[in-house]
Amino acid sequence: MSRTLLSALVLVTLAATASAQTASPATESPVQRDAPPRANAPSGHEDHQAPAVAVHQHDEAQQAPAPAELPPFIPPVTDADRAAAFPDVHGHAMRDNVTNYFVLFDQFEWESGSGPDAFAWDTKGWVGRDLDRFWFRTEGLGDDDGLSEAHADLLYGRAISRWWDAVGGLRQDVRPGSPQTWAAVGVQGLAPYWFEVEATAYVGSGGRTEFRLETEYSFLLTNRLILQPLVELNVFGKDDPEREIGRGISSANAGVRLRYEFRREFAPYVGVTWDRTFFGTADYARAAGEPVSRTRFVLGVRFWM
Amino acid sequence: MTMKRREFVKGLAVTGVAASVGVFRGSAAAAQPAPATGQAVLSGAEFDLRIGTSSANITGRARTALTINGSLPGPLLRWREGDTVTLRVANTLDEETSIHWHGILLPANMDGVPGLSFDGIHAGQSYTYRFPVRQSGTYWYHSHSAFQEQLGVYGPLVIEPREPEPFQYDREHVVMLTDWTDENPERVFARLKKQSDYYNFRQRTVGDFFRDVRRNGLGATLSERKAWGDMRMSAADLADVTGYTYTYLMNGQPPAGNWTGLFAPGERVRLRIINGSAMSYFDLRIPGLKLTVVAADGLPVKPVEVDELRIAVAETYDVIVEPAGQEAFTTFAQAMDRTGFAAGTLAVRSGLRAAVPELDPRPVLSMADMGHGAHEAPATAAADPHAGHTMPAAEPADPHAGHDMPPAQPTDPHAGHDMDAMARIPHPETERGNPLIDMQTMMPTSKFDDPGIGLRNNGRRVLTYADLRSVFPDPDGREPGRTIELHLTGHMERFAWSFNGVKFSHAEPIRLTYGERLRITLVNDTMMTHPIHLHGMWSDLEDDEGRFMVRKHTIDMPPGSRRSYRVTADALGRWAYHCHMLFHMEAGMLREVRVDEGTRS
Repeated sequence: MSRTLLSALVLVTLAATASAQTASPATESPVQRDAPPRANAPSGHEDHQAPAVAVHQHDEAQQAPAPAELPPFIPPVTDADRAAAFPDVHGHAMRDNVTNYFVLFDQFEWESGSGPDAFAWDTKGWVGRDLDRFWFRTEGLGDDDGLSEAHADLLYGRAISRWWDAVGGLRQDVRPGSPQTWAAVGVQGLAPYWFEVEATAYVGSGGRTEFRLETEYSFLLTNRLILQPLVELNVFGKDDPEREIGRGISSANAGVRLRYEFRREFAPYVGVTWDRTFFGTADYARAAGEPVSRTRFVLGVRFWM
Repeated sequence: MTMKRREFVKGLAVTGVAASVGVFRGSAAAAQPAPATGQAVLSGAEFDLRIGTSSANITGRARTALTINGSLPGPLLRWREGDTVTLRVANTLDEETSIHWHGILLPANMDGVPGLSFDGIHAGQSYTYRFPVRQSGTYWYHSHSAFQEQLGVYGPLVIEPREPEPFQYDREHVVMLTDWTDENPERVFARLKKQSDYYNFRQRTVGDFFRDVRRNGLGATLSERKAWGDMRMSAADLADVTGYTYTYLMNGQPPAGNWTGLFAPGERVRLRIINGSAMSYFDLRIPGLKLTVVAADGLPVKPVEVDELRIAVAETYDVIVEPAGQEAFTTFAQAMDRTGFAAGTLAVRSGLRAAVPELDPRPVLSMADMGHGAHEAPATAAADPHAGHTMPAAEPADPHAGHDMPPAQPTDPHAGHDMDAMARIPHPETERGNPLIDMQTMMPTSKFDDPGIGLRNNGRRVLTYADLRSVFPDPDGREPGRTIELHLTGHMERFAWSFNGVKFSHAEPIRLTYGERLRITLVNDTMMTHPIHLHGMWSDLEDDEGRFMVRKHTIDMPPGSRRSYRVTADALGRWAYHCHMLFHMEAGMLREVRVDEGTRS
């Protein structure tokens, strides 16, 4: 059946084209596309005399094959068709390469438990596009006596695979001890099973080195009530008596925070954290009469913009 | 999320009266329907459209919508096939705008894509579109500038045929489904870039895990969770933007606004269903009535009777219903992710309502949905004749396991090699090691006979693409001279979308030669569904045996699918080719298709 119909269709179109071609090429035949008047917009276009090439257009694209003869049902191209097909345009604007930003106060909290009450933050964010971003991270801890710990990383990050960014940049420590600057290099991303991971190596003056690993996870108790465990591990390459840090694994921190997302951007939480110092660092602590491990309760708010 | 009725009954300032008498069969295009109608209708060959701002109150909060002639949706335009229409579009906004006539064949400079087909309509300026109308049926029109479509710049378009259509009806109504948000879409987009599951409050929880353990056993549940965990994806990821922010509209009315289309008992009523949403697929049914689908994307198809149909963004379906035995029927269109619905009423008089169904349960994606073959496949893994390549089992799901895949593009559809049914498919070289891609499908199939996620085995007869057959044979008849294979790609976490892993900004145009017939094969390498729309030319969908099925302007591509269609390059110029999910398109899922003249002597 379709064969018969097809033949009929071809015949009809052949006939139509034949009649079209008897018309003068300058006049519009019933089959040829009507060539509408060009760009009737009265003004506002004069400023754009750019050539008919969009910014993203290059010519080595896939080459279309050499054309065959036009089938009878496709009208030959007229000059009017050509004029209508390729007007002067300035390129299509999209948001596929725009710069965005993200600032997350992952921890912004008051701590209480062993030791003095304290205030702590852990903030990170980025400015950039899909694959290239400038990152910052800052963490700190303070109490009535002032800041006891504060540092910030400024990093350039580049996506290196589906789930991982390579980062490199600088870290500035304000506390503990006197300020010091480190060079930083690392990876961050999403490990299988949605573990968020940051692994960063730092090199400071005098051959100091540090490696820091941080990973966190989210358990959805509901879609708004979220339990977030977190583990952080610090390893140093050298003794640092000024800051009472010993070589090797120096400290670990584990915490779990339960937040409620009233909005995605705003989630108060409660939690508990546990800190432990190890090896040489623990020896410094013991010598100073401080505990090597501390358990503390936290109350805070996670928010982002 | 349940609809908060209280929020919807407030002012419907923009959307006006909700009851429509409809248009009676036999009324000439020039004849207006009865004046009681709430839908503005403009008929004829000359039109003046004005794009501006209007105050809208859809949810109880005053917002500024962008509207056409002050209404949302814009006025129903009724053209006549064979006429040359003139449309003067004035821009009273303080930003550039445009109108694209979706699915309409026209010269490139009338297509309305700023920067490709014309220069856009600048603030305070106007543009006159003028072209002959060479087709008939149900279509729509919308802005192709920035996010204006999400803000209200869209409207229905009906073209009266010159020849009688192959079906009968007494009265017709347009049913235009859209999604509305009180948020600025720029902000929605920015939020998705920061947290791609921002709007998804249906993620699986710890409680769901224990429920699944009870139902399916610990081993099966762990293995299923492991598969998703390995991929770092979510089985509950059905829509990027959800009822959390969207209110779903039928002809501009939220469910409580109760858009009503009138009928007289015994009439055959034609519903011209248009999905003009920015980001929402709908599953539409009218409890108590069979839907006889008579046209898809404007063009007549062999009638098929169903209970329910899924309409992708930008598609249109014409159905005929014969309401009788009740005074009112609910037209119920639930969003594919089941976070909300649009609804209205077919009734013998205004003010009536019928029962509104409950939303179906939230569906959960399976590995088979992703084209990974495992678990119970909903559709049989029918061999695709265009996948005729013997491929090594390349491209493991783990991006760090190394890639040793041969280049895959362009592919030769007639290579004629035996296909190992279990072989994983090849992927474009540009996807290899590409951080803009978070997955690749392994064993995609056409899924033509699959009703789709959330619609399987629901006790209702659901339309599938396998049901769609144009009433005419392949209008071109030539075998495609070549095949262009394109993979739909993306990265959920980065909310980046592309073809072959290359976003629009970095992509070359796809070059066609005027007059050629070619095949486009699409493979969905993402977990989202994408409605793919080629401007200026038809997409002639092929069945699994490579035979012409149906002529469309928008091809739905569910996750894990591979579908082929033929294109006759009979439209010179530069055309947009894109995913019609607005935020996917703006994130990069668009290519220029450029049709140049060949160099025949």
